[in-house]
Amino acid sequence: MRLNLALAQINTKLGNVEANLEKHLALAKEAHAQNADLLVFPELSLTGYVLQDLVPTVACRPLEDDPVFKPLLKASRDLDLVVGFVDEDARHRFYIAAAYLARGEVVHVHHKVHLPTYTIFDERRFLAAGNSFRAFDTRFGRAGILICEDFWHASSPYLLWLDGADILLMTSASPGRGVTDEHIGSSEWVETVHKAYAGLFTIFVAHANRVGFEDGLNFWGGATAYDPDGRLIAKGPYDEEAITYAELDLGQLRRTRARLPLLRDEQAGLVQRELKRILRND
Amino acid sequence: MIDLSINTSLVRNLLVRFVKTEITRAGYSRAVVNLSGGLDSAVSIVLAAEALGAQNVLAVRLPYKTSAPDSLEHAQMLIEQLDCPSVTIPITEMVDPLIDREPEMSQIRKGNIMARARMIVAYDQSEAFKGLVVGTGNKTEILLGYTTLFGDSACAINPIGDLYKTQLRQLARALDVPAVIIEKAPTADLWQGQTDEGELGFTYEEVDKLLYLLVDQRYSPQECVEAGFDEKFVRSVIERVRCNQYKRVMPPVAKISSRTVSYDFLYLRDWGT
Repeated sequence: MRLNLALAQINTKLGNVEANLEKHLALAKEAHAQNADLLVFPELSLTGYVLQDLVPTVACRPLEDDPVFKPLLKASRDLDLVVGFVDEDARHRFYIAAAYLARGEVVHVHHKVHLPTYTIFDERRFLAAGNSFRAFDTRFGRAGILICEDFWHASSPYLLWLDGADILLMTSASPGRGVTDEHIGSSEWVETVHKAYAGLFTIFVAHANRVGFEDGLNFWGGATAYDPDGRLIAKGPYDEEAITYAELDLGQLRRTRARLPLLRDEQAGLVQRELKRILRND
Repeated sequence: MIDLSINTSLVRNLLVRFVKTEITRAGYSRAVVNLSGGLDSAVSIVLAAEALGAQNVLAVRLPYKTSAPDSLEHAQMLIEQLDCPSVTIPITEMVDPLIDREPEMSQIRKGNIMARARMIVAYDQSEAFKGLVVGTGNKTEILLGYTTLFGDSACAINPIGDLYKTQLRQLARALDVPAVIIEKAPTADLWQGQTDEGELGFTYEEVDKLLYLLVDQRYSPQECVEAGFDEKFVRSVIERVRCNQYKRVMPPVAKISSRTVSYDFLYLRDWGT
């Protein structure tokens, strides 16, 4: 079985959900015309990233009658979508969220768990943190979503892996830092980590990242997809808007794990016992 | 390790996109740069010209009667190299009536008046040319506060403010800035014989390395001394950075209401664009 994956690295208008929604719908149409099965948008793709006091004004709810989600859900009848947005819960807490939409329905919503508040980041000041990592079923197998800082904690993909995810969909709005090497420093850190996850967990790892500027912050794009051997199977350009297509040969999961049974040999019970001990001593 | 080298093609590409993006999203397509004949403004104008097209960048030359003649010449070299529009507006007649009121006026005051007069002209040309003022302040001078508040530091966007002076030299070479501009002693050219390094009391090369450790690498003062820097030098630079913080932030607003600009009314400048 094959999954034709499309990774959209887009620029957004900060706080202008209507304009960003329009771009999502246009790209969904384009990716569908290219026979994509799934189109992944970056973190906060419907809103822009450095929202600060814009958070309450851009928030929406992943519901059928929501004016933002209604057209997205309609578009998801043609191809599955992962979109980034601010999710407002019934008690008015605001989360950085990514929703997996398929066949007109909301399949899964992930709330970003790890909200950085250091150096250029100040997410926790404005937003609520999620408190779970859950894999979910898609027509291509079981998947999991991580949003930016989530994937800087190795426990996040580990939990999704144990929860059955064979495809990790990573989204981010990663500001570029570091100009001494061939590419922007932060791109090399992210690529190294994603390649490592793919190889360590024998899974597919795909990443969609923002492009463009917000004040002086620049987002570097550079979408990637790695296969369960840790091989790069698709790479988007840096710095410019693009859709990157990757054909995921899902049969590779079986072939890799027949050779390298890391999942079979993982000792989750031991991890649990040791974590209990470590936390008790804390 | 103190490594101030940069990938100049990566930086060039990033900064050109920054200038283009931030100027166009503000609703403009043109820029104005005060061209002093020195390295910093040379880099800024080349980046602006590459981003917007040279015909969309106005070079403004603002000599005072004591300005070094080669400042004008070096600025002219760049104007001709880029083939961009330019104006030359001597500031002597603007600033001398104010300076002449006090015969004992200090060089610092005179220098500040000149820097602020140049700001007035830049912003006037900004309106006339319908272009945004592109800044020319580098990271070294921003950190040291070696700049006139509301003078040469005033701008709409600053593409070079995260590059130390020694890094700007690398970028300037990659941008084909004439060698004579890159190699001459940096000067604010506010009075005859003034040089930055003479006035500051240390070289850019020395202080950039120290600032890189202190700021970028988060070294403690003691670790800088252990890395080979003179303790007195370390202390004086840290104090200079601290006492010039006021030049790097908006003036504090006294908070009396429930929501106050700059404390809890927080939006990026790119809000809505």
